[in-house]
Amino acid sequence: MPEVVLSAQNLVKHYPIRKGVLKRTVGQVKAVDGVTFDLHKGETLGIVGESGCGKSTLGRLLMRLEAPTSGTVAFQGEDWSGASGREMRRLRRNIQIVFQDPYTSLNPRMTVGDIVGEPFEIHPDVVPKGGRRKRVQDLLDLVGLNPEHINRYPHQFSGGQRQRIGIARGIALNPSVLICDEPVSALDVSVQAQVVNLMEKLQDELGLAYVFIAHDLSVVRHISDRVGVMYLGRMAELGEEDEVYSRPTHPYTQALLSAVPVPDPTLRGKREQIVLVGDVPSPANPPSGCRFHTRCWKAQDICSTEEPQLVLRPDGHGEHLSACHFAEAREVVQTVDVSDREPDTRFSTLDVGDIPGLDTGPDGVVEEHSDLLHDDTARPPRDTTRLVDEEPEGPRAR
Amino acid sequence: MTTDTTTRPKGSEVTYTPQDGLLLEVEDLHVEFHTPDGVANAINGISFSLHQGECLAILGESGSGKSVTAQAIMGILDMPPAVIPQGHIRYCGQDLLTMDPEQRRKTRGPEVSMIFQDALSSLNPVFPVGWQIAEMFRVHRGMNKSDALQQAVALMERVQIPGARDRVKAYPHQFSGGMRQRIMIAVAIALDPAVLIADEPTTALDVTVQAQIMALLQELQEERQMGLILITHDLGVVADVADRIAVMYAGRLVEKADVADLYAAPAHPYTRGLLESIPRLDQKGQKLSAIGGLPPNLMRIPPGCPFNPRCRMAQDVCRRDLPLLREVAPGRLSACHFAEEVINA
Repeated sequence: MPEVVLSAQNLVKHYPIRKGVLKRTVGQVKAVDGVTFDLHKGETLGIVGESGCGKSTLGRLLMRLEAPTSGTVAFQGEDWSGASGREMRRLRRNIQIVFQDPYTSLNPRMTVGDIVGEPFEIHPDVVPKGGRRKRVQDLLDLVGLNPEHINRYPHQFSGGQRQRIGIARGIALNPSVLICDEPVSALDVSVQAQVVNLMEKLQDELGLAYVFIAHDLSVVRHISDRVGVMYLGRMAELGEEDEVYSRPTHPYTQALLSAVPVPDPTLRGKREQIVLVGDVPSPANPPSGCRFHTRCWKAQDICSTEEPQLVLRPDGHGEHLSACHFAEAREVVQTVDVSDREPDTRFSTLDVGDIPGLDTGPDGVVEEHSDLLHDDTARPPRDTTRLVDEEPEGPRAR
Repeated sequence: MTTDTTTRPKGSEVTYTPQDGLLLEVEDLHVEFHTPDGVANAINGISFSLHQGECLAILGESGSGKSVTAQAIMGILDMPPAVIPQGHIRYCGQDLLTMDPEQRRKTRGPEVSMIFQDALSSLNPVFPVGWQIAEMFRVHRGMNKSDALQQAVALMERVQIPGARDRVKAYPHQFSGGMRQRIMIAVAIALDPAVLIADEPTTALDVTVQAQIMALLQELQEERQMGLILITHDLGVVADVADRIAVMYAGRLVEKADVADLYAAPAHPYTRGLLESIPRLDQKGQKLSAIGGLPPNLMRIPPGCPFNPRCRMAQDVCRRDLPLLREVAPGRLSACHFAEEVINA
C-alpha cells in the first residue's frame, strides 16, 4: 500500500453553546467526535453522511481551518494540529481545499488571475514573480479553461467554470492532498460529470490524494477508492468502495444505500427499501452508546449502553471497519461491474475541457458559438506535463 | 362556464368535471420575462396533458423552464416581469389563463395545488403550522376556527407527523426539514385537489428523508387519485415514481415518453447524454461521459435546435431549423431531426 500522506487520529471538534448575557457555556455541539483514518498517496477517500453528521467540519479540521478540540492531524507523519504561524503555513502548502459553493468561494472583486495566483503571494518561493502569470495560465489550461480569460472576473463564468477556477487555485501550490467539500453538489447533472472527470484526470496526472466529502452516494462511489460513512460526528463504517457499497455491515450504511434512487425504472419495487423512522438526533445531545440505536431496527440493550468501536468485522468476504455490535453484511444494492464497458461517446464526451465557442462573453452571457465547436483540431493540444516538469523542486520533495 | 361568484354562499365551489380522466391540458404555452437586460424566453411553446391518477415528471436542469411551467399553471408568476404572450392552460376544459381572477383564485387549493422545494421559506414563520393548515379550510370552506383546527390535526396525522395534537400549535422553525415538508404537503392536499404539482419536493432533504417523503406522496396520490406533476432534476427519483416523463431544455420539451421506454432507449441526444453522465449507485468501475458545454442563456437561444452547440450529432440542419416535437415511435415524442437514429443507437 502507498505511503500515508495524511493521518487523522481521534479527531474531536466540539463547539460550545453559549447562552445568556454572560455567554456561559451551557453545552457542546459535538460536530466531530473521535474520527480516525489514514489517507494514502494518490487515493480518493470519500466521506458520506447526511447533513449535520460533521463531514464538512472534518474537512475544515484536516485543513486546519478549525483547531481541533483534541486529536491530531499529521501530514507525512508530522503532527500539525498544534502548529502555528510559519510552521502551519509551510505544511498547509501540501493540503489545499476546494469549497462547495463556486459562487461565494471566489472573491467577486478579484480577477481569475489574482484568485488562482494568490497562493503564490503567500508562498513566493514556489514560483518566482516573473513566472507567475505564465504559471496561472498553465493552471487554467490544465483545468480546461481558456488561458486567455486570466483577466476576467468570476461572474463572467458559469457555475461549472467557477468550480474549475476553485480547483485551479487548489492545485496551484502542487499539494499532495486536496480536500474537496461537496465540490459538485451545486452543479447541474450535465456539468457535474465534466468536473468529476476533470478531477479524476488531475489525480492521475498530479498524483493527488483526495478527501472527497459529499452527500451524494452515487458520486462518491464513482470517484472513491475508499469510503467512510459518518453519523453524528463518528465514523460508522470505513472500507474499500466495494466493501462499503456491496457488503455494508453497518445498519446505517444499509439504510442510506437503500434510500438512494437508482435511475432505472426496471428496478422499481424490486429494490429492498429500509425506511428509517424519525430524524437525526441533535449533535448537542447525541444518544448514549451507539449513536444510531434510536433509529436502528437491530438495536438491543447493549447498543444504548456500550459504544461499538470502529474495528475490523467480517463482511462475508473478508473484513472491514464497522462500528456496530451486530455487524452483518447485507447486500442492499445489486452491483453490476461495468469496468470493462467503454462509455458511449456518441452523445457525450470524455473530454474534460470546457468546449470552446461556448464561452461566456464579457457581459457574462453565453456568446454565439462558432463552428470551432465541432472541430477538435482547432483546439490547441494540451500539454499537461509541462506544469509538473517546469517545477524545479516539487514541494513533495521537500 | 360563467358563474356568479357574488351570490354563491361563502366557500362553495364551482364544479369541474374531468372528461375521460383528462385533468390538465397545456397547449403551446409561452412565457417571457421582460427584464432591463432584454427578454428572456423562459418557455417557448410547450404542450402536455395530465390525467387522473397519473404521475408526470418534468425533468430539466436549472434554467430549463420547469419551475416556470409549474408557476404558470398555478398562476403565481409575477406578472410583470413575466408575460404569457400565447398558449392555453385548460383545467377540466376551462382555460385558466382567461378565467376571471376571482374564479381562478378559487381553483388554487381545491382543484390545483402545489408543494415547493424550500418548506422553511414557504411556510409563514410567525404563525403556528396548525393555523396555516387550517387557513385552507377557513378561507375556502368558510369553516370556523375550532373545526378548521380539528381538520388540521387530522391532516397532520395523515401526513404522519408524530404527536400531531400537541404540535399543531408549534411554529415552522420547531420542525425538522422533513417534518416541514410534510406540513407543506398537508397544506397542499387539505382541500383534496385533483392536481398536485410538486416542485423539487425533496431536493433540500437528506436521502433517507427523501425516501420517506416520496413514499408519502405516492401513497397520497394513489389514495386520492390525484394527477401529480413532479418537477425534478433527479433521474433517480423519476425512475422510482413517475409514469410518464417530459424532458425540458431551454424552455422546450425535447422528449416525452413513458418512463420505462425513455430509460430503455432515449430518443433525444440530450436525454441520452444525461443518462450517460450520471454516476450510478449500482455500478462499479463506471466511466462517466459528460455533455460538454452548458445550457444556453435564455436571452440568446441559438437558432435551430437549442441543443445544437452541445450536440455531437449536430448537422447543418440542426443549426438552421428548429426540430418540432413529433412522434418518432408509438407513444414516443422527440424534438430531434435525427431522433430515429438516436432511439436505435
